[in-house]
Amino acid sequence: MTRTFLGMPATAPAGVGQLRGEESFPAAARRSLADPQLRRNLGHATRTIRAKSAGVIGELPDWQELRSAGSAIKADVLARLPELLEQLEAKVTEAGGVVHWAADANEANRIVTDLVRATGSDRVIKVKSMATQEIGLNEALAEAGIEPVETDLAELIVQLGDDRPSHILVPAIHRNRAEIREIFLRAMPEVDPALTDEPAVLAAAARRYLRQTFLHTKVAVSGANFAVAETGTLAVVESEGNGRMCLTLPETLITVMGVEKVVPTWRDLEVFLQLLPRASTGERMNPYTSMWTGVTPGDGPQAFHLVLLDNGRSAVLADEVGRQALHCIRCSACLNVCPVYERTGGHAYGSVYPGPIGAVLSPQLTGVADNASLPYASSLCGACFDACPVKIDIPELLVHLRAEAVEARRRPTAESVAMAAAAYTMDRPRLYEAAQRAARLSRLAGRRGRGLPPPLNGWTGSRDLPDPPAQTFRDWWAER
Amino acid sequence: MRIALFVTCLADTMFPQAAKATVRLLERLGHEVVFPEQQTCCGQMHVNTGYQRDALPLVRRHVRTFDPYDVVVAPSGSCVGSVRHQHATVARRAGDERLAGRAESVAGRTYELSELLVDVLGVTDVGAYYPHRVTYHPTCHSLRMLRVGDRPLRLLREVRGLDLVELPAAEQCCGFGGTFAVKNADTSTAMLADKMRHVLATGADVCTAGDSSCLMHIGGGLARLRTGVRTVHLAEILASTEPSQTADERSRLAVRP
Repeated sequence: MTRTFLGMPATAPAGVGQLRGEESFPAAARRSLADPQLRRNLGHATRTIRAKSAGVIGELPDWQELRSAGSAIKADVLARLPELLEQLEAKVTEAGGVVHWAADANEANRIVTDLVRATGSDRVIKVKSMATQEIGLNEALAEAGIEPVETDLAELIVQLGDDRPSHILVPAIHRNRAEIREIFLRAMPEVDPALTDEPAVLAAAARRYLRQTFLHTKVAVSGANFAVAETGTLAVVESEGNGRMCLTLPETLITVMGVEKVVPTWRDLEVFLQLLPRASTGERMNPYTSMWTGVTPGDGPQAFHLVLLDNGRSAVLADEVGRQALHCIRCSACLNVCPVYERTGGHAYGSVYPGPIGAVLSPQLTGVADNASLPYASSLCGACFDACPVKIDIPELLVHLRAEAVEARRRPTAESVAMAAAAYTMDRPRLYEAAQRAARLSRLAGRRGRGLPPPLNGWTGSRDLPDPPAQTFRDWWAER
Repeated sequence: MRIALFVTCLADTMFPQAAKATVRLLERLGHEVVFPEQQTCCGQMHVNTGYQRDALPLVRRHVRTFDPYDVVVAPSGSCVGSVRHQHATVARRAGDERLAGRAESVAGRTYELSELLVDVLGVTDVGAYYPHRVTYHPTCHSLRMLRVGDRPLRLLREVRGLDLVELPAAEQCCGFGGTFAVKNADTSTAMLADKMRHVLATGADVCTAGDSSCLMHIGGGLARLRTGVRTVHLAEILASTEPSQTADERSRLAVRP
């Protein structure tokens, strides 16, 4: 087989899916920060998950070694991705599945829509999946007259609330139980009007609604946590068992999987199935691990389609520094420890991938010009790097992408002029000393610096400026 | 030991008391401090804001200035973090492998103050006296980039008269983050509000840390709200001594039987 080099790989197309926000991060964050209920819900939820996760991670004496192993396996996968994907395709096909290659969101949506249409079904049940959220599959199916029903409880809450997910693992983390009750009363078919906000009562209502849907729907759509190249086995891990229902009951199963989810061997799962639940839900083991290899006559779905999705991933892979974002196993540990995410919530990021990993993954999938404010949505505190079970150096990536964002700009900005001037000054000690003397004139900015113009008033809105000292250190040194 | 002071542009210009305290402390411990005057700024603000090309001459200047010295100290975890984790990267990105190698060599000889005291000089009791209730904020870059761990706390515990109180949720970022504080002022302020809430909950008179930048942020918030709580750099606490310990008095004591 010959390979043709077709230039730089394409980024994810605009106008489809959910990788781009309508406004910049600072603008969206300002609104979230002003919502006291959101702040309370997020603070409570992230603190709870952090404590739970830290507890079970502390039980493993080899956690650091597991992280290194996870990182090494992912680096190996990315180094020989085409070969592994072709191996996966061969094995899935051998086991009775059909493999489809989707270059982007539009192609993936078209493939899935055509496959569902061919079954004659006008409804699909869905396993919680980031890839299908990313490509906007639900919207594409609805447009084709096919009703997608989310079966993960939190995704169902988001879907019924006509809302957007705000967390990778807990998409309705921004909602509390009182809000969930209201959503169910408003949007869940045949719901008991006497519904209370007890968690068990809410779960039972969802269960009654979903059970009917499971039994009457012939097509399911899922994502995948892992795909084993050597056997052609797909794996989904979950907590509720609704995924297991979708993966076993319908006649047709369609799985949409980002190309980076492949692992070389069955044995590699040993590492990730230890890392993922502890980093993610703070459990020793996730309650349900479903695995399937093609189709098995007389058992489970009799038609299986695997859609391998690129949607900008090859472009990420082409960046030697940036590609480590593709190590991500979607555990959301970085969200839970991030002081920015904890306060702004996920919607502020504008993409289905929020938090620190979203701030480095979304701009790479779309091209940094389309998500230019995201690499700056971090104080570079480094908590995400420590929490990542596959050791993605997110602060390094953020700094790298900031440089890409700056260097991609064609025209100088006020900031770039100021930065160039500062660098010029700081490379000339005489000029630098003159600038230090000028800094002492900052007293002219008014008491506590309140007279400063934008963008410096971003500082003085909530913080006093220190009074400049009478003498710089170097002046003091020269006099001693 | 002969120690070169990497003062950092912020301490030089805005917080000279932290740098002067570093000099006084090291000299009191019997070491020679030198100040290479060609130094200006390590370029961290440029790197962290995306201006790596502008940072390149600053990295080159820093490396050239400090290459001749065996031991370099800075009263800042963040600036040492930049020297250790960013300078070589900036050089490599610009294709200057030789500079990257020299930057790594300088980085290997550059220490944050608490690292220098505990690891290189082998002291935790520096003979300081500071009769105040103090809480310590571990700055993100000293904590997670340099892994200074409990070194600052070990130093503070030996300070006579000092009442050290633990800061709740100490490891959470104060929200400074360099230009983050301006670009994402609202989010930064929300983080600062929680940090201040925890500082005030300790009942401390003084909040200390190893970075003037984070202290400028926390202190700027505490001052704006007129809380009456001060921020003081770790070096200033460690440099403080009992008022009676003047040279005259020491010599008088020394001749007494």
